[in-house]
Amino acid sequence: MTATTAYDAATAARLRADADRIVARYPQARSALLPMLHLVQSEDGYVSPRGIALCADVLELTAAEVSAVATFYSQYKRHPNGTYTVGVCTNTLCAVMGGDEIFERLADHLGVGHDETTSDGAITLERVECNAACDYAPVVMVNWEFFDEQTPAGAIDVVERLRAGEDVAPTRGAAKVCTFKEVSRVLAGFSDGRADEGVGAGPRTLEGLRLAREKGWTAPELPAPAPPAPGATKPAAATKPAAATKPAAVAKPAAVAKPAAVAKPAAVAKPAAVAKPAGEQPAPAPAKAPRAPRPRAEAGSVPPGKPQSGAEPKQPGKADAKPRSATRKRPTTDGEKD
Amino acid sequence: MATTLAPVLTDTLDAARSWRLDTYRAHGGYEGLRRALTQSPATLVETVKASGLRGRGGAGFPTGLKWSFLPRPDGGPRYLVVNADESEPGTCKDIPIMLGNPHALIEGVVITSYAIGSHHAFIYLRGEVVHVYRRLLAAVDEARAAGLVGEDVLGSGFDLEITVHAGAGAYICGEETALLDSLEGRRGQPRLKPPFPAVAGLYARPTVVNNVESIASVPSIVRGGADWFTSMGTPRSAGFGLFSLSGHVTRPGQYEAPLGITLRELLDMAGGVREGHELKFWTPGGSSTPILTAEHLDVPLDYEAVAGAGSMLATRALQIFDETTSVVRCVSRWIDFYAHESCGKCTPCREGTYWLKQVMHRLEAGKGAPGDVELLLDVSSSIFGRSFCALGDAAATPVQSGIKHFRDEFEAGMHTPAWELFPYQASSVFGVGAR
Repeated sequence: MTATTAYDAATAARLRADADRIVARYPQARSALLPMLHLVQSEDGYVSPRGIALCADVLELTAAEVSAVATFYSQYKRHPNGTYTVGVCTNTLCAVMGGDEIFERLADHLGVGHDETTSDGAITLERVECNAACDYAPVVMVNWEFFDEQTPAGAIDVVERLRAGEDVAPTRGAAKVCTFKEVSRVLAGFSDGRADEGVGAGPRTLEGLRLAREKGWTAPELPAPAPPAPGATKPAAATKPAAATKPAAVAKPAAVAKPAAVAKPAAVAKPAAVAKPAGEQPAPAPAKAPRAPRPRAEAGSVPPGKPQSGAEPKQPGKADAKPRSATRKRPTTDGEKD
Repeated sequence: MATTLAPVLTDTLDAARSWRLDTYRAHGGYEGLRRALTQSPATLVETVKASGLRGRGGAGFPTGLKWSFLPRPDGGPRYLVVNADESEPGTCKDIPIMLGNPHALIEGVVITSYAIGSHHAFIYLRGEVVHVYRRLLAAVDEARAAGLVGEDVLGSGFDLEITVHAGAGAYICGEETALLDSLEGRRGQPRLKPPFPAVAGLYARPTVVNNVESIASVPSIVRGGADWFTSMGTPRSAGFGLFSLSGHVTRPGQYEAPLGITLRELLDMAGGVREGHELKFWTPGGSSTPILTAEHLDVPLDYEAVAGAGSMLATRALQIFDETTSVVRCVSRWIDFYAHESCGKCTPCREGTYWLKQVMHRLEAGKGAPGDVELLLDVSSSIFGRSFCALGDAAATPVQSGIKHFRDEFEAGMHTPAWELFPYQASSVFGVGAR
């Protein structure tokens, strides 16, 4: 614990106060370790020995236990990071779409390789794995903000502006890319007030919706809201979904005139039943929205809901409270690997 | 065209400030919660069971059934944990939902927690998407201020805390037990099952782990009812889902449609394979699902039919590759990924991915040795079914399916580099083969 003293008293006190706030979010203190390591990076720009010692002290772990965790995760840096991490996705799809070329050109331009930092301390270049924006390939992440549909020249322009100290806006994200330390503090769970900046959805995200609007396709209409059970709820809900805090939304079924809803002209009577441009009411069934289930060749041959495939663990389950006689299902891997 | 799109979770994404509570409420948001709180938890579980909703995170396990596995309340805590660690290569649906429509997830979390008797829910978000984290934190704050989260939700007497937690970069944490270890502040390594999380999950307490899209679908099911949900999709793959098209397609993006739509239909909607090119191979649900080819264009994208075609629906991450693309290059890169992300806990995966990587690299460079294809099959079969968690199977999958459909390209790796057979610039969007 001695290395804790490596922070001056004021800094140590501030970090400990932050750590206490993190710990308070969880039923058990150790769960705070990952956010606390982000917090350490927000102070030191990497997972420093003194930061490890602080975490160990607060959580009553050994430094070895903290290090073991820190070295497992790729976002934790073992040496001081640049002000901006520029991560080029070189997983298969982005690589094929041009990510490999972007990485090579950036590496040439900056004179650094993977996980290396430019001599001015501005840029740490990385190859990153899939960042869940494949419809915007090739993708570059700068301090974990999205730079979609990049080109080699565009990426070089971004790093040059960052090095010049300019504010640079991601394509989907805050109004500007914050520094590595600033972003690390957000990842520790401390809001920076930028949530309302940037777009809700980029153009690719909207591709299907745009087409649906154009064709008048909607999901089947949701049944009308049932009358509220007496006394069930009070302030907000009593009447319509909209009600509640927002004056603008109070309206009622009649065409909600929320400016927000512009994209879908008239209609909004029944939330989510919407979407037909100009359709006052959903009567004239659009093209063929509520589609009847299609019979499938093998229908009925297997009990419904049979989980399949390699994503399921192998051992037969029996731990469950009550194995159903016919279907011995295990509560398993909804999110097995995604 | 037989099938049309059915926007539900994406339906408000074109509204101004779509992520805000007032926008969400103006479109019926939290109506499902209001209704849920008038029902008994058991009724809600039955509704979700009856809807046939299956886990949208990959495995397709019935969501309501998973909830029903929790043991009877014993007075101690039980938890809902949302798996928002979206990182399967090709998968890009949860992140845009949370960025543009976070309240659909929050509402689903509140309803689900009420249904399973949880008073503390966690959203485990991968750490590499800072703006999504901002939006989730802000959404929880907004919901709390409006009485939708916290003590006495909407006057119902139900209390719920939600903690949004950022991970720190590890694919394996998408595996639900590794996620739980990570959430407990440990290295993210999978646990032996049983016991399953329903019995001993977070802090060894009964826990439900569900994917973002699964939970975000719950409010609409509560509002619409099971019949509404099953009016979409196929008998055993009910409802809607996001289909994420990426790669060599004219208009990549998110297409929310009933399960059972085909790739041919989706490609039509997306303007087809990029101009002047044709489909070579594709993944139905990310890199962990066996690749398919043009002969599978009409396979209904539901759990059963895709399994029947020898693959898995998984996350509906449709990565499209045209004829300029080298299969060896793709498989080689996917193996790099699995080797990098192997947690090291079990030998077949840790060592097997290491060896697969060596062989794939030399094949890509045209320096393969005679017998390398057999070696790949041998190593991958030593991983598949023998590793601790599904990541090992996932690593074996692209190798096995790649060889199955394109064996000659692997054989060619014994004398010719992949980049000579398939010049890489031709595949890129700004290369010579680009639009």
